[in-house]
Amino acid sequence: MIDLKNLTIKKAHDSMIKRDFTSRELTQAYLDAIKEKNKDLNAILEVFEDTLIFADKADKKIKNGTAGLLTGIPFILKDNILVEGKIASAGSKILENYIATYDATVVKILKEEGAVILGRSNMDEFAMGSSTQTSAYGIARNPYDITRVPGGSSGGSAVSVASDMSLCALGTETCGSVRQPASFCGLVGLKPTYGAMSRSGLIAMGNSLDQPASFTKNVEDAEIIFNALSKYDKMDMTSVPMEKRNIPTSDIGGLPMSDVGNGEIKKIGVPRSFFSGGGVDKEVLKNFDEKIEALKKVGYEIVDLDMPDLDYSLAVYYIIMPAEVSTNLSRFDGIRYGYSAEGKDLMDVYMKSRGQGFGKEARRRILLGTYVLSHGYYDAYYNKAVLLREKISREIAKAFEKVDLIATPTTPTPAFKLGEKMNDPVAMYLCDIFSAPANIAGIPSIALPSGKNKDGLPLSFQFMAPHFCEDKLFTIGKIFETL
Amino acid sequence: MTIDDVNKLATLARIKMSEDEKNEFLENMESILGYVDIIKKADVSGIEKDAGKIRNVMREDADAYDSGTFTDKILASVPATQDGFVKVKKIL
Repeated sequence: MIDLKNLTIKKAHDSMIKRDFTSRELTQAYLDAIKEKNKDLNAILEVFEDTLIFADKADKKIKNGTAGLLTGIPFILKDNILVEGKIASAGSKILENYIATYDATVVKILKEEGAVILGRSNMDEFAMGSSTQTSAYGIARNPYDITRVPGGSSGGSAVSVASDMSLCALGTETCGSVRQPASFCGLVGLKPTYGAMSRSGLIAMGNSLDQPASFTKNVEDAEIIFNALSKYDKMDMTSVPMEKRNIPTSDIGGLPMSDVGNGEIKKIGVPRSFFSGGGVDKEVLKNFDEKIEALKKVGYEIVDLDMPDLDYSLAVYYIIMPAEVSTNLSRFDGIRYGYSAEGKDLMDVYMKSRGQGFGKEARRRILLGTYVLSHGYYDAYYNKAVLLREKISREIAKAFEKVDLIATPTTPTPAFKLGEKMNDPVAMYLCDIFSAPANIAGIPSIALPSGKNKDGLPLSFQFMAPHFCEDKLFTIGKIFETL
Repeated sequence: MTIDDVNKLATLARIKMSEDEKNEFLENMESILGYVDIIKKADVSGIEKDAGKIRNVMREDADAYDSGTFTDKILASVPATQDGFVKVKKIL
């Protein structure tokens, strides 16, 4: 029996190299776990039938000595990441029969590295949601308490790792869609710098915000995945060329981890007024303060930051994102691919295909985006939000002149009950209030498990770092794990 | 916002919605706009009207694929086709 609970990428890699078990045996162990647990959790929408073929290829790489750290490592991918020849439905009925015609760049890299792709995971429709309850394929459940949500939108990926149905997983972030479910499921969630990992082959929601992001059980695993996937890609026009990033690059499986970056950290900034305005769970705040004290004890200087513009982050997000959504989702028209309804003329086909194919939240955001971009409201909403986005980014850049990292709780509360907030969109949106600044400014951020509350639900602590300073997040993350 | 505005938005967005849903949406919109309206208080003087750092950078499509390379793959996902074309209902 392989001890899946305590397995990490590094441990699995070492075990496969030492021939303690093969990639096929490891993959089979996860397939068995999925069979046993997924019916209660509904985290995984499809297990790919060629999974063991991937595993056999990995075993060959291990045998002939060409294995890297990700060779033979099982991954679950969010349902909005394209894998050639597989359905990618983005949790939506409108793409229920859509088969990807190419691999996303992150998938291409995983395949080259010899990783094993187990299947695709449940998500909020088109990544719109914070609880995985808007999926067209049923709700996913939190493994710590199945009457609670796992968070979202990448909830299925989070649950897969938290319940040992996969060793690690990829999700996507637009505003907290990996950090928030990582927080609810007791995992490490890494949102890299915007432009670090390619967006090519991700089903778009808000292009200026979308990006791949990872779920792992510890910081070292997040670092291993980041080092493999953070590469320039000419297929993504917002991918940043390597020479313009300020950290050394290392080949996966090559250099030891300590050679990546030299993130010396002395000062940690806390924008207290950003999260002390009420609405934040008492236990969350208490846990945050305890960890801040612990960080002080090991020698970090804690600096109070006055960052009033952060308060606008989520509102800015809820203007820019729907604007981009209404544009992006216009391609789903019942003509080129996906769900198509019968109609008497072309307009009727559009109206019915989109009316029946999109769920409620997707329709809500498309209409909201159409509104903020419409004549007469464009200046008051979209243009103002774009300017404010720049202002928030400057405030954050200025803070990083004084401190090395910024810390906040990851989410205002631990996992909430299923059904809660479903009739109150603004209450749902507020789940991501602490996630928004990093997405708005494009900076990297990491969610770290921070103990549990009195009901045994995971709590989480978040660090943000300047652009392309993921190395600092890994350094502090590993120290945080020992506190 | 009125129910007429919702009708216009639904038509612009090409989404058929029931009357019930339009009413529900109107209610949602009021609370969402009520929340995002906080941006109206924000002072953005001194911030240039610039696309910002995050923007698309176009490149020349110098190594384009030969015409037809992906035709079959793409047409395989089209709901209705005829003779290698995408088939649509009459427009007028």
